[in-house]
Amino acid sequence: MIKQEMCEVISQQQIASHIYKLTLKGELVHGMNEPGQFVHLKVSQGMDPLLRRPISIAEIDHENSSFTMIYRADGKGTSMLAEKSEGDSIDVLGPLGSGFPLNAVKKGETALLVGGGIGVPPLYELSKQLVKKGVNVIHVLGFQAREMVFYEEEFSMLGETHIATADGSYGTHGFVTDVISHNGIKFDCLYTCGPTPMLKALEKAYQHKKVYLSLEERMGCGIGACFACVCHTGDDPTGHSYKKVCSDGPVFKAGEVVL
Amino acid sequence: MSSINISLPGLNLKNPIMPASGCFGFGREFSQLYDLSELGAIMIKATTLSPRFGNPTPRVAETSAGMLNAIGLQNPGLERVINEELKWLEQHNVPIIANVAGSTEEDYVAVAKAISKARNVHALELNISCPNVKTGGIAFGTIPEVAKDLTKKVKDVSQVPVYVKLSPNVTNIVEMAKAVEQGGADGLTMINTLVGMRIDIKTGLPVIANKTGGLSGPAIKPVAIRMIHEVSQQVSLPIIGMGGVQTAEDVIEYFYAGASAVAVGTANFVDPFVCPNIIKELPALVEQLGFDHISECTGRSWKKNEPLAYHRA
Repeated sequence: MIKQEMCEVISQQQIASHIYKLTLKGELVHGMNEPGQFVHLKVSQGMDPLLRRPISIAEIDHENSSFTMIYRADGKGTSMLAEKSEGDSIDVLGPLGSGFPLNAVKKGETALLVGGGIGVPPLYELSKQLVKKGVNVIHVLGFQAREMVFYEEEFSMLGETHIATADGSYGTHGFVTDVISHNGIKFDCLYTCGPTPMLKALEKAYQHKKVYLSLEERMGCGIGACFACVCHTGDDPTGHSYKKVCSDGPVFKAGEVVL
Repeated sequence: MSSINISLPGLNLKNPIMPASGCFGFGREFSQLYDLSELGAIMIKATTLSPRFGNPTPRVAETSAGMLNAIGLQNPGLERVINEELKWLEQHNVPIIANVAGSTEEDYVAVAKAISKARNVHALELNISCPNVKTGGIAFGTIPEVAKDLTKKVKDVSQVPVYVKLSPNVTNIVEMAKAVEQGGADGLTMINTLVGMRIDIKTGLPVIANKTGGLSGPAIKPVAIRMIHEVSQQVSLPIIGMGGVQTAEDVIEYFYAGASAVAVGTANFVDPFVCPNIIKELPALVEQLGFDHISECTGRSWKKNEPLAYHRA
């Protein structure tokens, strides 16, 4: 059930270079169940910026009616969001989209969670829910450089965690795909979120595996009405069939849509 | 008695507020949020003869107080719009204005003929002004004689009144309005988006894959107000105004300029409840301004009227 609500800021802190962790309180949390969904935030009451900002949900806390987002402040909207502090309120629309399917793995099986940069946050709630279900989780998280790394400790508490940096300043030097092959990581299901080149590489490398990808695209409405964020489907790559990233996704099974 | 019901050719509206074409799909998404029968009407997404996938992404870019879009008339095509979308909409007690688009005269005529027969389609909105399709469209919207001929041909086959959606991307919009009036149009809808562009300073390239897009939102409201102010004094057709409407006050401003109803576009993306909210607020504002009925507001900015009660007080 999609709701619009003014949510109160419980806390906000910077946790890495340009990376912020924001926790909000609101009743719409009780509509959040699937990891991988997102909310659409109006960061200012005025007209600049005019549109909402889609931000993924990193953690859901039903008990306290709160949820946490981790985002990068690099544009006008997200920089304004980073200025919000305890007690402020933010106009939230959500939860939106369909998330990662938990039933793709069974208890005792192994799930590999691969995140790139600001694609890492939704994997945290996913990992927590998988662990709760009795699934073994392995995390491979890629960042640009040491100062952008976040949540290594939090993920480590849930399962084996590997970090890679593109410049080699921390963890393994290179890409997440290198980490997976060098360590001979075996898994039953792969869940991933991050930049499109990374998603493409993973989709190609694990064609015969169960793979779920979370996509990012510029959005207008966030609810499926404006057709800004469509992509072609895998079975009709140049035709008229389409999926909307905001409402059919953002999570798709590998091959379902053209990356 | 309602102070905001409006009667226009083909349209008996319980209120003058409707979502604008392209900003509301075919209503399915918003029906999860509120009862669509609260709306005065719905202008559904443009329909073309054959299905269209539209343009590559990115299709939208934000600008100050506005947005650019180049969706490219994505739609499932005439047959599916009639059999699936319009059929689905029948469960809601709301008149539909079907936006008709095409790249050739034959396309427009074929779509208009078929879609105007649908039970819940009460009027057509002839889209001669989409800035985001490469072929055809633009001539229909910028050359008066071409627009007039197309209007005439569509009028000949349509079972319902035809409103022509005017483009602001012309030197003389009055000339266009007069041409479609001569072509037999029953009303005008104005304005479509203004052609614009944004360039990414990191890549040096246009943000939108189509390069240009149509600018909408509060940024274009003064342009629309000016154009409606001009056109409404020169033609006798009713006007459905649109461009940056966000509040009940904006609606009144459009009426003062010369509009008889108002469509809400981009604001649906900012606040999905904007239409029902405006509808709730409108009667009180009409009364506060000293009017018995909102229709008294139409053309107030140029008609010779008594000074407003609001200002006398």
